[in-house]
Amino acid sequence: MEADSLTFIFLNAAIINNFVLALFLGICPFLGVSGKIQTAWNMGLATMFVMLVSSTCAYAINKILIAWDIEFLRLICYIAVIASAVQLVEMVMKKYSPALFRALGIFLPLITTNCAILGLALFQTFREYNFGQSLAFSLGAGTGFTLALMLMAGLRERLSLSNLPTVSQGAALSLMLAGMLSLAFMGFAGLGGDHG
Amino acid sequence: MMAPLPNQEEELTPGTFLRGLWEENPVFVMLLGMCPVLAVTNSTLNALAMGLATTFVLVCSSALVSLLRHLIPKQVRIATYIVIIATFVTIVDHVIQAISLDLYNALGAFIQLIVANCIILGRAEAYAAKNRLATTLVNSLGMGAGFTIALLSLGTVREILGSGTLLGYPLFGEHFQTWVVMILPPGGFFVLGAWLLLFSWLQQRRARRITEGEEIRVRGS
Repeated sequence: MEADSLTFIFLNAAIINNFVLALFLGICPFLGVSGKIQTAWNMGLATMFVMLVSSTCAYAINKILIAWDIEFLRLICYIAVIASAVQLVEMVMKKYSPALFRALGIFLPLITTNCAILGLALFQTFREYNFGQSLAFSLGAGTGFTLALMLMAGLRERLSLSNLPTVSQGAALSLMLAGMLSLAFMGFAGLGGDHG
Repeated sequence: MMAPLPNQEEELTPGTFLRGLWEENPVFVMLLGMCPVLAVTNSTLNALAMGLATTFVLVCSSALVSLLRHLIPKQVRIATYIVIIATFVTIVDHVIQAISLDLYNALGAFIQLIVANCIILGRAEAYAAKNRLATTLVNSLGMGAGFTIALLSLGTVREILGSGTLLGYPLFGEHFQTWVVMILPPGGFFVLGAWLLLFSWLQQRRARRITEGEEIRVRGS
């Protein structure tokens, strides 16, 4: 596979350099919303949608910034776009699925401070992806985020039924689980070489 | 614990600073801002630089938010905070690039990602928007110090185990088998998990001692 083909970019973002387990982006929702598979799935979809919107906008904004030679404003513009996209998703979700809106709770507005989304916009700018590549990259990142969230939720649902020492309950256990998942994902590293 | 009530300004006490170090440590207790904590702590130097950069942004943006707290309309406050934070992060980004390009490359996108660090936005919303400049400065300095300590406690452990060095100086003989997984992504999760296990064990032991002490006192009286 060539390093800049769309399939490779998608697989690279989704599995080889998984945003959560290899690049440590979006750890807060990963630890916070991974209690139940259903919530994790919805959170993953919402995040993927925001990623798609903000990646498209970021692509356009970067073109404008470069044309006017004001690239130092990039960070401020990106974060403003992401905040608006999150607001949009929040309004749509509140109107069409109030139950889901309540289930996600505080983590919905917190998508704004999900570094996976800002990271996505920054990475696609650093790597100078064209429009198609940006789309593949954001879809891949969204898929990878959802995958990691679902895996974690599945593990935690099983663990909540088992008998654990009280010391290890809570965040410490989640982190240990995440470490093991991350070890497993390192096995995919050989697939892509070091196109990080 | 003296949590400040909404719309009530906190008095300046030693607790304003110390709370951030231990009782409300942003990383170990509140589990905020985990991404940089895990991502850049593969060496002590990176951890220190990240901690200082975050502290700078935290202190400056909290101070500005505190100064402007009567001017910012309530409806657009989050957007305003984000723009303030992004401005200071842009400054830090350019400064680090000017001081040391190696460090800049090692930290990568995580300098710009300070914008998305929930500690900073959380402080602006929960503390700086309600308190005077002086208390805000002290409190955010404490939080920044707590964050830096947490980063360092991960960074040193990972560097010693993963590369056998501390701040780049070799600690062991040349036959030391490095534990490479510690500087790779899984190591970050494992070391932070181990720290949290240690703290929750200490906390449980203390709670058990207190209850045992009370039982003895009850029996004695």
